[in-house]
Amino acid sequence: MPDTKGSASVTDVNEQLEPVTAPIGGSTSTPKATAGVAGQIRTQFKRLRSGDTGLVPITVGLLVLIVYFQVRNSVFLSASNLTNLSIQATIYILLGMAEIWLLLLGEIDLSVGYVAALGGVVGTILTDYQFHWAWYLALPLAVLLTTLIGVLNAVLVIRLRLPSFIVTLAGFLIWQGAVIYLVDHQGTGGAVPVQEKVLYDLVGGNLTPVATWLFVLLCVAGVAYLMIRGTQRRRANGLDTVPFFLTLTKIVLLVAVGILLIVVFNANRSTFVVLRGMPFAVPIDLALLAAGTFVLAKTRTGRYIYAIGGNSEAVRRAGVSVNRYRFIAFVATGFTAGIAGLLYSSRLGGISDSIDPTLTLYSIAAAVIGGTSLFGGRGKMVHAVIGGLIIAVIYNGMALLSMSPPTVYIVTGIVLLAAVTIDSVARRGGPQLR
Amino acid sequence: MEPTPEPPVASSETGGSGVGSSIANSLLSLRNVTKSFGAVQALRHVDLDVPPGKVTALIGDNGAGKSVLIQTIAGIFPPSTGEMYWRGERVHVHNPRNAADLGIATVYQDLALCNNLDIVQNMYLGREEKRHGVLDEIKMELETKRLLADLSVTTVQSVRQLVGSLSGGQRQSIAVARAVMRESQLVIMDEPTAALGVSQTAQVLALVRKLSERGIAVLLISHNLNDVFSVADYIAVMHLGVLVSSGPIANYDTTSAVELITTGASAKVPSSLVRAGHEG
Ligand SMILES: Nc1ncnc2c1ncn2[C@@H]1O[C@H](COP(=O)(O)OP(=O)(O)O)[C@@H](O)[C@H]1O
Ligand SMILES: [Mg+2]
Repeated sequence: MPDTKGSASVTDVNEQLEPVTAPIGGSTSTPKATAGVAGQIRTQFKRLRSGDTGLVPITVGLLVLIVYFQVRNSVFLSASNLTNLSIQATIYILLGMAEIWLLLLGEIDLSVGYVAALGGVVGTILTDYQFHWAWYLALPLAVLLTTLIGVLNAVLVIRLRLPSFIVTLAGFLIWQGAVIYLVDHQGTGGAVPVQEKVLYDLVGGNLTPVATWLFVLLCVAGVAYLMIRGTQRRRANGLDTVPFFLTLTKIVLLVAVGILLIVVFNANRSTFVVLRGMPFAVPIDLALLAAGTFVLAKTRTGRYIYAIGGNSEAVRRAGVSVNRYRFIAFVATGFTAGIAGLLYSSRLGGISDSIDPTLTLYSIAAAVIGGTSLFGGRGKMVHAVIGGLIIAVIYNGMALLSMSPPTVYIVTGIVLLAAVTIDSVARRGGPQLR
Repeated sequence: MEPTPEPPVASSETGGSGVGSSIANSLLSLRNVTKSFGAVQALRHVDLDVPPGKVTALIGDNGAGKSVLIQTIAGIFPPSTGEMYWRGERVHVHNPRNAADLGIATVYQDLALCNNLDIVQNMYLGREEKRHGVLDEIKMELETKRLLADLSVTTVQSVRQLVGSLSGGQRQSIAVARAVMRESQLVIMDEPTAALGVSQTAQVLALVRKLSERGIAVLLISHNLNDVFSVADYIAVMHLGVLVSSGPIANYDTTSAVELITTGASAKVPSSLVRAGHEG
């Protein structure tokens, strides 16, 4: 068993020293909270070493960046800039989420940026003055198209057993070509403009201030409810629970973030007209985050996606159709990329024939910076949110400081490197996840 | 080395007391099972009876075909020639699911665990409990704790520990417990103690006995004759793809077992226990 050598030797020693630690059956009757702050820190440290770094280090990193930029330029934390930031981050967040479905399997999608762009182009062209399709036909069709590209990738990777790296590298070129072709053949001078209000509003539109309040309230209450109910059910069944103060801390933080969001989004951020409310992009991000998290954490599909990333042969022997769940992940990637593409086009007011080719790389970077492993089996949807925010903060902050694009590239690269280093060190310290 | 062409079904059923139980009172019986990989004949006309609720040790030299035999039983390979009987009924096992449905669980040498999942998630992999359409983590966790306690697997700290962080013996125990959880009547283990130290080996062997106490049959592959003689009720010896001898452990000792393993024959074992068809 070479794959367990590293960790096995460590635990062997523990086992020799204390052969019976907390008999499993015995503790069922007494609900036992891992007591004390020290215990929590120890647990956190253990998790860190075992490769499950949690969100704490990366959130701290995000806060450090925010503080840095705020100190250098006080505009950074203004309501208008933060709103802008949330919109900027959306594309990285959504593409990161698209990527995570495949990263969890140990696969990769290099084409996701151009697949998204293709979806954006199709949605934009079909709703422009020339084609004039209804948005409720055109936009779903665009997403359907990118979903079908996911199906195509799945067929090539699963049926023909081609490596996803190569299939999507080809896709990177093919869909880039398709985007440029489509854009240049509209006779609109190298860019297709958004001419449909609904498409424009995906990013340009806002919830009313009251709706913003309600939405944030609902989200916070919902998450808090789920957390408390989860803990209560575990306690009622005599299972170990996280200490109450930890849940309480989380809820307090959640409420604080909620209030912050309301304050930021409901402040007037325009000088001439009144411009308030949460941009639609944010609920879209959160909806995909919630859906993805639900599937990954609460359903068999999610369980098997993790399991396949860990040891696909074990999943096959458990009688599960591995290919079925790989297929689902590819489809989810295509679907999410389509949504991302529509928001991308909406934010830029259209799509030009010179799309940023680093978009795909940023999607992978967002996922990995957030804590998702490139080697499969480890990651969460929320990683794309944090990673996407970090990339957007770097972009936004450095633009405010009038730093040049080369500097931005270099800094983003260094942050990525740091994140992967943490990932790799954690992996070596903990269980070897192949 | 031409294997005998006639099917030994009839002969083995009437082949005297030494061969063990017949198809009717065996849990699992193989008759005339053959498996080749191209030119390599990994199994030749294997007849095997596994009695219910007992520990049967399958021994043999490296490359004797032990792993191939159990993988055939487990449905890993496409059906090979020969017949398989489960509780006296003819069955066809085409894939791992068929075997699992019958109540056959296999613990492979590599254990088939996901290091990135915790113990509960591994125990229920492929048969997760659901409640209101979502995974019922609480039920699964409670059941896991109960079962591990039943099986006296007491060294793991938390069932929410990642399996990748467990020791070799603990991982083996989890893999076995998973087989038990699936209400298997036959648990097949491929060299469960090969990679383990002394105390962890003892831990796993104790678990094997525990299974048989619960009425679960165990087919145990092992290289280690000490292990075999300490836990097995029956022995089956393979040599170059042929099942050369099988019977109650009392009919064997270390010397005869070693002879059978290395040469495929032994002067000490009554000839009725040694299968025809082998010209090793
Ligand atoms: N998948 C396979 N393809 C080809 N030959 C195989 C395969 N698996 C096993 N064999 C061959 O079958 C024979 C028996 O192997 P095996 O059952 O693994 O032996 P052991 O008794 O040591 O477990 C060996 O000669 C091996 O090389
Ligand atoms: Mg073997």
